[in-house]
Amino acid sequence: MPDSMTAAVSAPRGPESGAGGGLRRLARRRSTIAFLMTLPLICVIVGLVAYPAVYAVYLSTLNRRMDEFAGLLQFEILVDNETFWLVVWQSCLFAISAVLAKALIGFWLAHMLHHIPTKGQRKWRGMLLIPWVIPPALSTLGWWWMYDPTYSSLNWILAIFAVPAVPWLGEPWWARISVILVNVWYGAPFFMIMYLAALKSVPEQLYEAAAIDGATSWQRLRHITLPMMQNIISITVLFSLIVTFANYDIVRVLTNGGPRDLTHVFATYAFQVGILSGNIPRGAAVSLFMLPALAVFAYFILRGVNRRNREMA
Amino acid sequence: MNLAANIHGSLRAERRWALIIAYVSLCAAVVIFLLPPVYMLITSLKTNAEMSNLQGNPWLVRSPTLEHYGTILGNPLFLTFFWNSIKVTVLTVIVTMVISVLAAFALARMRFWGSQALATGVFLTYLVPDTLLFIPLYQIVGGLGLLNSTWGLVLVYPTLTVPFCTWIMIGYFASIPKELDEAALIDGATWSQMLLKIFIPVALPGIIAATIFAFTVSWAAFVYPTAFITTPDQMPLTIGVVSTLVRGDTFAWGQIMAGALLAALPPVVVYAFLMDYYIAGLTAGATKG
Amino acid sequence: MAQVTLRKIVKEYEGGVQAVKGIDLDIADHEFVVLVGPSGCGKSTTLRMIAGLEEISGGDIMIGGAVVNDVPPRDRDIAMVFQNYALYPHMSVFDNMAFGLMLRKFPKDEIKRRVDNAARILDIVPLLERKPKALSGGQRQRVAMGRAIVRDPKVFLFDEPLSNLDAKLRVQMRTEIKKVHQTVRTTTIYVTHDQVEAMTLADRVVVMNHGIIEQVGPPQELYHNPATRFVAGFIGSPAMNFLPARVENDRVHLHGDAWLPIPEARRARYASAAGRDLLFGIRPEHLTDQRLGLPNRADILITPEVIEPMGMETLVHFHLGEARDCCARIEPTVHAAPGEPILLTADMNNMHLLDAATGRVL
Repeated sequence: MPDSMTAAVSAPRGPESGAGGGLRRLARRRSTIAFLMTLPLICVIVGLVAYPAVYAVYLSTLNRRMDEFAGLLQFEILVDNETFWLVVWQSCLFAISAVLAKALIGFWLAHMLHHIPTKGQRKWRGMLLIPWVIPPALSTLGWWWMYDPTYSSLNWILAIFAVPAVPWLGEPWWARISVILVNVWYGAPFFMIMYLAALKSVPEQLYEAAAIDGATSWQRLRHITLPMMQNIISITVLFSLIVTFANYDIVRVLTNGGPRDLTHVFATYAFQVGILSGNIPRGAAVSLFMLPALAVFAYFILRGVNRRNREMA
Repeated sequence: MNLAANIHGSLRAERRWALIIAYVSLCAAVVIFLLPPVYMLITSLKTNAEMSNLQGNPWLVRSPTLEHYGTILGNPLFLTFFWNSIKVTVLTVIVTMVISVLAAFALARMRFWGSQALATGVFLTYLVPDTLLFIPLYQIVGGLGLLNSTWGLVLVYPTLTVPFCTWIMIGYFASIPKELDEAALIDGATWSQMLLKIFIPVALPGIIAATIFAFTVSWAAFVYPTAFITTPDQMPLTIGVVSTLVRGDTFAWGQIMAGALLAALPPVVVYAFLMDYYIAGLTAGATKG
Repeated sequence: MAQVTLRKIVKEYEGGVQAVKGIDLDIADHEFVVLVGPSGCGKSTTLRMIAGLEEISGGDIMIGGAVVNDVPPRDRDIAMVFQNYALYPHMSVFDNMAFGLMLRKFPKDEIKRRVDNAARILDIVPLLERKPKALSGGQRQRVAMGRAIVRDPKVFLFDEPLSNLDAKLRVQMRTEIKKVHQTVRTTTIYVTHDQVEAMTLADRVVVMNHGIIEQVGPPQELYHNPATRFVAGFIGSPAMNFLPARVENDRVHLHGDAWLPIPEARRARYASAAGRDLLFGIRPEHLTDQRLGLPNRADILITPEVIEPMGMETLVHFHLGEARDCCARIEPTVHAAPGEPILLTADMNNMHLLDAATGRVL
């Protein structure tokens, strides 16, 4: 400290030459400390996410025995494979219909929850979030048992309403619906919680002002609630699209791709091909096919988040 | 006068109807949402004989029994699963929190070259699903000789937890007023004192929320253990229950359900006691980010 | 205790925006100096540079004779009170005040002695165990001051400490701060945008605008002898009236066609200004109803537009020529109504003449 003091006294300087060498040195040291503090994070991001992603690309260019460069061979094989196109189709159907249903149910429930007296909300919210809390691999086991063809407790309930027994997991279309159903059951509470938080952040005065301006409740929803929540809705939907599109647990436990490989999604198919059948390059290629869709979703999420940050700043 | 009373009356009626619809919807949702776990519980309390009996209501238990719980808790393999889950989860949570609190503090408060890009990078990694990475990670973990080892899981689980935890901690730290660090700076605090004595205590709710998130995610992780672990004695609960208890042909359902419920218990208990933090963590990504 | 000296202090942000444009200031030991000015004038930046929270782009800052440009805040031996108090929310009042001493490894009993002493000065002894959340705004403000006092630093820095309080509490805390300063006598630099706070608290007021110092002086001097139009308009409330004028034959000629005689004592001073474009400055309190028998008075006939009864006085708003929103203070007993012409008297002993082009007071 004394050194820098004498230096500061003796050095004549204009406004440009910059005072505070010590403070600046301090700032530089601060940068170094900050870098060291983020180093573990950088290691995780680079070593366990970025590097594997690039490595996946490399793997997908090898031949089956992984001893030779095979170019785009794996991708070409997949494109000619009927099962693969079924997987693409199935994944899209699964993601889109499940997310749509989750968003609608979540929005509806959030709205209902927002309208009941505040002191009861906690209790209801607590119960409604349970499906999200249970690890999905485990709750899906329960669903599997409820779908069981011989002992199906769901069919028993349907029988009360004189609905004929449903072959839940035995028939491809029903199997697809069953998978979607479980995913909706698991994910709708998440949407509900997000939308509830968003609803609560809309200032009450806006509704009061609109009511005085003569808006009906539908108009209030249309012109106040939805625009105010637009960003959260799109972020949540896009985020859920990624997660649902890449889902593994539910399909693995419920159908494991069956019957006859008709209900595979990207993740389970990649697992089957890459790990179980030991064709790592092909498996890597399958999962890389998810990338374009995920990149598009991620781009829009990032845009939404940035816009939201700007609005809140 | 009459008119006013009318409007008043219809307004009240409208409100009452809205409330009725709300409660009906919520009741229906609660019934549907709780159906599977309740049925799991019912199943776990039935005797095998009762389960195989196709007559009568499957939703009722006639002679409740705890025998399945006894069997599953007496099964050393199941206890091994439990122990593996605890070990992996605790280690992952510790590693995650150290990494994300340090990084979030630096990113929220010490502007440095590339900090903005890094923050965006954190968010992007959060969006990369595990199912995209498990095949290359399988090769990498295998190359390190960590397949069939819980250590391999401890190595890769941070990819599931660190990005989101860092992201919400940045939000919590950023919401601490700047004057607080300036006051601490003038009071004579160093960076480490500022982090330990000011930021961590003040952002404690955020830290709890992030810890809960890391805990539930590593407890529920399924893809990585399924891919990397095939020997039962290294399996955590999720894959252990799903792969070794499920044999399909015999009536192990009572045991499976008892095992699944026990396995789901820790996150549910955490949720029951720390619901507000749990929800804060869940929504923080969108409301703070 | 120490004096503080600023030499050609410059703060330049990235992109070349200068927030502070080379200011010089000498603050004596024990002195209470208030930096005052509108928002964006550079007063807070100056204070934060003294604190070491903001890097300086040029010049030197000396505390107690030593240049501290490169010294980090914790080694400058200063204490600061922030606008939003910046109390550590997770610590009790005692711990908040003790924190700085604890970091400096003071012995426990010395910490306790100092905190108790400060708590007694500030009258917050019963609050010591509470958390900041359980305190009112005024109490938080006291704790923030206590945190500064216990440190017994060379300099106190206050950054708009009262702006988060309601009007009544602000007046009360203002007195409190003055009392504390009279007790501990620590050199104090205080930033505010409120000229009343500046006038009431300061030994010397520093008026800043656009990153430069407009004028430095004791409150009374700024009030009676402002150097520039900015200072004349900033100090005093309601603000001084400025009327376009010329000087002819020892009289001020207002554009509204009033002729006001200049007091004999000032004629020589204004002689050279004859014929130039000037502004005639007069405070509302020196523009009153005519019944006061003043020497050197001059009458102006105006038509009130808005009357504001304040209780102890009545404010009359009017316009005169091109000068809009002029104001006069009259006795509450005088009848005045919008639209009814009324004769006002200017106290010419308190008049000011300004150069319309440069804004300098002549």
